[in-house]
Amino acid sequence: MIRSARRGWMAGLLALLVGMGMAAPAIAADDTLYRALGGEAGIARIVDNLIDRAYADERIKKKFDGVNPKALKESIGKQFCQLTGGPCLYDGETMVKSHAHLALDKADFNALVEDLQLAMDDQQVPFAVQNRLLALLAPMHRDIITK
Amino acid sequence: MDLDAQHRRLVMLRTLVPVLLAGSLAVPLACAAQAQGKLLLTGGVSSIDGAAGGGLTPWALTGSYATSGQVGATAYFTRLPVQDYSLSGYGASVAFGERVELSLAKQDFSAGGTGAALGLPGLKLKQTILGAKVRLGGDAVLDGDTWMPQIALGVEYKHLDAGGLAPTLGALGAKRNGVDVYLSATKLFLAQSTLVNVTLRATRANQNGLLGFGGTASSRYALMPEISVAYLINKEWAIGAEYRMKPDKLNPSALGDGLREDDWKDVFVAWAPNKHVSLTAAYVDLGRVVPGIQPRRQRGVYGSIQFAY
Repeated sequence: MIRSARRGWMAGLLALLVGMGMAAPAIAADDTLYRALGGEAGIARIVDNLIDRAYADERIKKKFDGVNPKALKESIGKQFCQLTGGPCLYDGETMVKSHAHLALDKADFNALVEDLQLAMDDQQVPFAVQNRLLALLAPMHRDIITK
Repeated sequence: MDLDAQHRRLVMLRTLVPVLLAGSLAVPLACAAQAQGKLLLTGGVSSIDGAAGGGLTPWALTGSYATSGQVGATAYFTRLPVQDYSLSGYGASVAFGERVELSLAKQDFSAGGTGAALGLPGLKLKQTILGAKVRLGGDAVLDGDTWMPQIALGVEYKHLDAGGLAPTLGALGAKRNGVDVYLSATKLFLAQSTLVNVTLRATRANQNGLLGFGGTASSRYALMPEISVAYLINKEWAIGAEYRMKPDKLNPSALGDGLREDDWKDVFVAWAPNKHVSLTAAYVDLGRVVPGIQPRRQRGVYGSIQFAY
């Protein structure tokens, strides 16, 4: 009985693990995330809030010196829209090019993630939906973090 | 010793203690300003053996909120009362970036009625655990587009002070010192808000070392898997379950299967209201512990508090 209980637990946890694994590489194949974020207007509000927060964030505000916030908002808005399956085309710089000179470390990267989480909280984006967007953005750390 | 010498010693102590305390606090405080670079709960909580992880199992994550270029520290206190026993533990860890973690844990296990039944009323088993963990590669949180988990190699040196039970454990072939080596793989499936950890531990510890290491049944190392799954409800709350397999090296012994050990499992909830404190509660099932004397399963509610700098 003990053995079968053990098998039950292990099987359950392993099934979850495999289930998670199958679903892992998250690339928006449709526009459900785009719509869950409120479409173009919803994303614009999130990005607006995000950039306002980032420019006021003592940890990272210096990194935005000399960057026009309006242009940045527009560019990031287009990028989020395209990433989440929306009808936009991001035509800005590559992530490597636009961040190369900034000497960003992981703490800087995570600070911006926290600002984005707060921005999405403000827009009442459910946590699970927030994580679907973060899952698309997080891998960019390889291009953004240079320090 | 005359009064004068006693007085001198006292004065010396009064000077030394604050200096030592200040010294030991200075390092974490100096780092407090910058050791905040990780996201909430991504340093795990303090496991019973002191390493960062779940409650029963170490994970590949390093403790505290220190990321590259930062040094962070944690301290914890844990209590687990079960039917016939009670375990309390405390300890601390230091993390250097997300590369190396050093930990120290003290465990105090009250044997309750089992001690009395063995003619050792008030028996306490005390264990000290020194741990080191090195992240070999991967990023559990950010590498969402690859299969690569965060992987860490860890070692735990355990020393048992079995008190009056020491001669009995010696006669059963169990050693007082042991070393566990483990490999952990942790992956956060961010889009699913779910974290999975698998740890493979080479060990011969009986009841995690509280009944010594190895025994008459076998003194060879066994490879034991430990699995944790956690679901993130929001930034501050996580729930999950853990399962930890155990080697059972004292079964059979001179006491037949009276020292047989079972796997450990739990369901937990963790709450981190900010980056300085987290609370974990769990319902833990330790299985039977010394069933020759206490045949029922040992279950209880586990509570743990962790402070991070």
